[in-house]
Parts: sequence; structure tokens; C-alpha cells
Amino acid sequence: MPAEREVLLNEELAQDIYKMVVYSPRIARAARAGQFILLMVEDRGERVPMTLVDWDKERGTIEMAYQAVGATTVKMSMMKPGERLYYLAGPLGQPSRVKLFGRVVIVGGGVGIPAIYPIARELKRLGNYVVSIIGARTSTLITYEDRIREVSDEVHITTDDGSRGLKGYTVDALKRLLDSGERFDAAWAVGPALMMKSISEAAAGRIPVSYSSLNSLMVCGVGMCGACRITVGGQIKLTCVDGPEFDSYSISWNELAIRLRTYRKEEMISLETMRSVGRV
Amino acid sequence: MSKVGKRVQIRTRPPEERRRDFNEVELTLEPEEAMKEASRDIKYCVAPCTRGCPVGVEVPKFLKLTAEGNFKEAYLTLIQRTPVPSITGRVCQQEVQCEGSCVLRRAGEPIAVGAVERFVGDWALENNIEVPVSAEKKHKRVAVVGSGPAGIVVASDLARLGYDVTMFEAYHVPGGVLAYGIPEFRLPKRILNKEFDRLRSLGVDIQLGVVVGTTYTLKELLQDYNAVFLGVGAGRPMFLNVPGENYAGIYTANEFLTRVNLMKAYMFPEYDTPIHLGKRVAVIGAGNTAMDAARSALRLGSEVYIVYRRGRQEMTARAVEIEHAEEEGVKFMFWAAPAEFLSSDGTNVSAIRIMKLKPGEPDRSGRPRPVPTGETFDFEVDTVITAIGFYPNPLIPSHTPELKVDEKGRVVVDMEGRTSIPGVYAGGDIVTGESTVIEAMGWGRRVARAIDHDLSLKG
Repeated sequence: MPAEREVLLNEELAQDIYKMVVYSPRIARAARAGQFILLMVEDRGERVPMTLVDWDKERGTIEMAYQAVGATTVKMSMMKPGERLYYLAGPLGQPSRVKLFGRVVIVGGGVGIPAIYPIARELKRLGNYVVSIIGARTSTLITYEDRIREVSDEVHITTDDGSRGLKGYTVDALKRLLDSGERFDAAWAVGPALMMKSISEAAAGRIPVSYSSLNSLMVCGVGMCGACRITVGGQIKLTCVDGPEFDSYSISWNELAIRLRTYRKEEMISLETMRSVGRV
Repeated sequence: MSKVGKRVQIRTRPPEERRRDFNEVELTLEPEEAMKEASRDIKYCVAPCTRGCPVGVEVPKFLKLTAEGNFKEAYLTLIQRTPVPSITGRVCQQEVQCEGSCVLRRAGEPIAVGAVERFVGDWALENNIEVPVSAEKKHKRVAVVGSGPAGIVVASDLARLGYDVTMFEAYHVPGGVLAYGIPEFRLPKRILNKEFDRLRSLGVDIQLGVVVGTTYTLKELLQDYNAVFLGVGAGRPMFLNVPGENYAGIYTANEFLTRVNLMKAYMFPEYDTPIHLGKRVAVIGAGNTAMDAARSALRLGSEVYIVYRRGRQEMTARAVEIEHAEEEGVKFMFWAAPAEFLSSDGTNVSAIRIMKLKPGEPDRSGRPRPVPTGETFDFEVDTVITAIGFYPNPLIPSHTPELKVDEKGRVVVDMEGRTSIPGVYAGGDIVTGESTVIEAMGWGRRVARAIDHDLSLKG
């Protein structure tokens, strides 16, 4: 039997985009769509949040998808099956507020694509008509397409370079659907802050309910430090315990962008240091 | 009067040396110093110190043993009441507790109980003194949720009584506020680690990365354990709720201290977690957390101001912490409160619009209420740390509607920590709102007794 936090699978799905399966029965049995985990690769590492993409109660496994862009995720990408994460906590955050809405559109962008899979699956299970829009810079960066198809009634693909599907952004696909007279009762968006903001703007006044899953910087993950705070509907909320999903129309998008920029310089230093020292 | 003698001078590293590093500020007494100080105890003292102590340490007894050089027995006496004397000796507010009520205070200077306690605690850790455990196993399981001061006492007391104790901690390091909140220069992590090694040696199973409420619900724990203790503390930070509070560069004290203490951001990039401090840092608030944040920021090389809405006399931090902060070069701005945070680049905070205040009529706390003067000025800063208090941790109550909480979010308990759910107990800041390490430990002690009592009745 594997040990708690043992890596069972770690594979590159597309350039720098990985899928990791970890043994953690206690998280697998409690996980729900929309929740996340927090992990550390080593004792000197950062505490990094990651959306739960899938879980298997019987096998006791959880699955995350990540892009190897920072010190932690690059180190993660070098882990082999049999190695153990230093720390793993979860599930964290509030589950997606899913129910039977009717017709739902779910938008995933870039590394956010895998994260829409469990939400789409849950909405589909509840009887919704699920339309998924997934988009990336180029066709090779579209991941989890087959699994998203399994739980969607329609899938629309966009690429920035036009190498597959509609040339443009996910918001262009959403606008096309809305302009052609399609109606939706609810919308979900997971991806870069700018993408979620654009989806929210396009949906405003046309889709009554809209949620976005925020990728705020976090430290504690349990509502104690306030690093992930964000103004939602005029009130300070904590992404880790009040979110990660919030009403898109109430989110202060400008503030999210500001707070995401806090450590841009240090993130580069961290990555450079790791590369030069070769410490993993 | 010869017996009263002069209080030991606790050796403290000079400010110009210590303000540049995170090593401990005060040093542990040498054995001879501890023995000499302990022998200042007068013979027929009625021990107001014991009554002044939230956990009731038998001060005269452990002092007498220390004076005799019997450090082992002194330690065993101490741990009847405080399981972690090397920690309580460092962080307790002795000046208002044992030392504050010491009869020698009137005859001269109180006995340095804290310093002697700390010496004995450190001596015992260095010499691996074993803690006696009940030979008889109870064959009953107790879950302790949260590994802070309250949880440490409950776990230690019950393990020693023969219970099977599992401790759940959300973070990757046990200790709660002792680990993330109190800086290295006041409580070194090696001391904390040793105390937890000792707890493990008592048979306590410490499980990290478990968030009770989501990983396991309270209901699930009750199926596996005969009793559950909630010692999850006062975690949720308060905000000022003024414009601009969410600009980059504005931290809560919890975030700042967690990054620096727990994640060792002061060793970035050797450690991965960054902290971004500029030339000038303003800390809002004047409690112990504010002093810890200010002194940590100073050690990271910044110029640091405490900005407080009341005056010098009204500061709530321990006198010794204020003194240390001042010696190290922390500056103070009184009768001043942020009205707004400003940013020149639209991202990072660059100034605080400060509202000048003046003392008004006394409020409920008896302190003069800060009243706006109508005057404001802009104070340039690169970083702001807010240390204005916490709410009780809402995580478990929010996932457990049956658990009764009051209007402030504090878990409602009886005098011995029993909550509205049978088998579930609570103590420490989750019950009091916001208090001290030793008050939380006092709760832990009472609750441990109640759990033992209740489980013994059940047979």
C-alpha cells in the first residue's frame, strides 16, 4: 500500500503542463467539486494551493494538474512515483454551489481547463445541459479534452493562434453563443484572472448566475493570514475559506490583479535560485 | 533583608547586536544564577504567585528545589501545572501574574520567577528528563484539534493519565501561535520542537495537514474518539475597513509573521517563501502581536513605526516587549489612525493618510477613547502591517451548525469547557476571543480534568 502523500503518477500532458496523482485517502473521501488542496514539496518550500481535478474514494487517490512555472511547480514536475510530498492538506474551501440550473456554460482557460472537469461532471450529474468552452494559446496546450467531453453536452474549443477551433479567446466563443441566441442559466469560469474578468463582463446582464474560481496568492489556506483577501460585494472575503468561487459580478477584479502582482520580482528570484543551485 | 537580596540581572543581548538577527534576545540563566535567584524566596510567604498563575504553578516549591540545586524535582513540580516550562518561562506575562503578585515586589523587586522557570525547563530538555506517565492505560481515545497552547496542555495531561491522544494540526508544523506567531527571537523553534518531541514521547500521535471541518468533520471524529477537544484559537484577522486596505504591501500581522516565522521568509531565497518589505514599515496596533511584527520587520532591515490610536500608557503589549522594541529602534506614533491607504503606482501602498486623534472620555476599558481631531496628514510608507486583533477561528463552527457559538463567534462552553455537543469540549481563544498563551493553557488544564472526569464516569 502506498504511503500518505505518495506520488503515484506524475506525467507531462502538454508542454510544462503536468498531471499528478497522489495517495491521500483522507482527502479523497472528503473532496467535492470546486475544492482545493495545499501542498509543500519540501520543508523549505512554499505552501501552494492547487485545485482538485479528480479523486477516487476507493483507491484513495487525488489528482491535480499544474503548470511548471514557479519554483514549487518546477520542483513538483521533477518528482517521481514513490516519492512523497512534504505536506498535503485538504480538501480546502467551499465546494462549488452546484444545483440543477438548466443550461450551464463552463469556461476553462489554459491551466484552468482541467479544473473545470469536476465542476462540469457534478453539474451534468445533477441533470444540467452542460456547454464547455475550453481555450489555450495553441492546440497542444488543450488538456483534459476527452474527459471534459464525457461530462459535457457540447464542447467548444478556442486557440489564440487559431491552430484549433475558433481563433481567439474563450470569451469570443461565449459571445458568439450568446449572440446567436443561446441562453444560459448559469456560468462558471476557471483560468487566468483576465480571462475570468472578461467572461464575467460578457455574461453580465445575460446570464443570471456566474461564478469564478479565484487564484489568489495564499499562505495559510485556512482563513488565518488574510493573504488571499479580496473585496467581493463591498466586503473583504478570504479566497481560502469563503471561496475559492465567488459571484463573478461582485468580485473586485482590479484588486485581484493588484494582489497577484505582489511578488512578481521574488518569483523570478526564487526560480533563478532554484535553477542555479539545482536544489530539488 | 539580606535574604530578599537583589533580583538577578537577566542577561540580554545588546540592542545593536540583536536588532540584526533572529537569535534570542534574552539569555537563559546559568545554574548558579538560577539557584541564587530562587533562594531569594522568603520562608513564610503565602504564595500569592500561585494564585496569580492561570495554571496554578506551585512557585515556592519549585523555587525551593531550584535553590537546593535539585533541578529535576523542580522540573517535575513545574510540569504538574505547566507541561512546557521552557515555553511559559519565556512568553508568560509574569509581571502581571506570578511576579506581579510577589510579596517581594513591595519589599524590593519580585523574584524572577519566569527566568528561573525557563532555566529549569531548558535544563530538563537538555538533560532529557523523562516525564512520568500513568502505567495504567485507559483504552479511551481523545482527539485534540489544534496544537497551540490549549491543545498542548490537554494532550499532555490526558496522555499522562493513560489516554490515547491524537492531535490534529492544519499546518505543516505543530505549535499553533507558538510556531507561526511568536518570533524566533522570543521563542526559538528548537525549544518548541523539543517540547513536541517530548509530547510524542508521551505517546501523543500528531497528525499534520488535517483541517477539522473539511478533512474530517466533527461528527466523524466523534465516531472514532470518546472525546474531542477544540483548541483552534483566534485565527481570523480583523481588518481596518478603510479605503485602499488591499493594495499590495499591506499585510495582516498573521500573514507577515507566518511568512517570516513559519516559512522562514527571512532566509529567502534559500527558503522559497518571499516577503517584500520596503524602507519604511508601519505597524498598526500596539499589542504583543504588533511588537512581534515590528521587531521582526526591523530585523529584516526596515525603518519601523508603530502607529497607535491611543497613547503610550494605553499600549497593551507587555512592558518588556515595548522596552525591547524601543531599544532596538522601533519608533512610535501615538494618537494616530489610518483613514486611508494611498498608492502612487496603483499597485503598491505608498502612503497612509493618518487621522490625528486626541484623548477623549474614558471608554468601557477605562482608557481614554480616541477622538478625531479632524486633522490628517500623509505618511509615506513602503509596507504596512495591521495588528488590530483576531476573531475566533470560524472554520469548525461554519461546518458544524449544531455547535453553539455566541454573537462574536466564540464557542459557548460551561465552566469546564463542555460545548453544546456531548463529547465535544473547547478552550483557549476559540472560547475567550483573544487572550494569552497561559490563559489558553489554563483552559486546557480545566478541560483535561473535565474530560477525564466525564470519561471516567462512563466507565
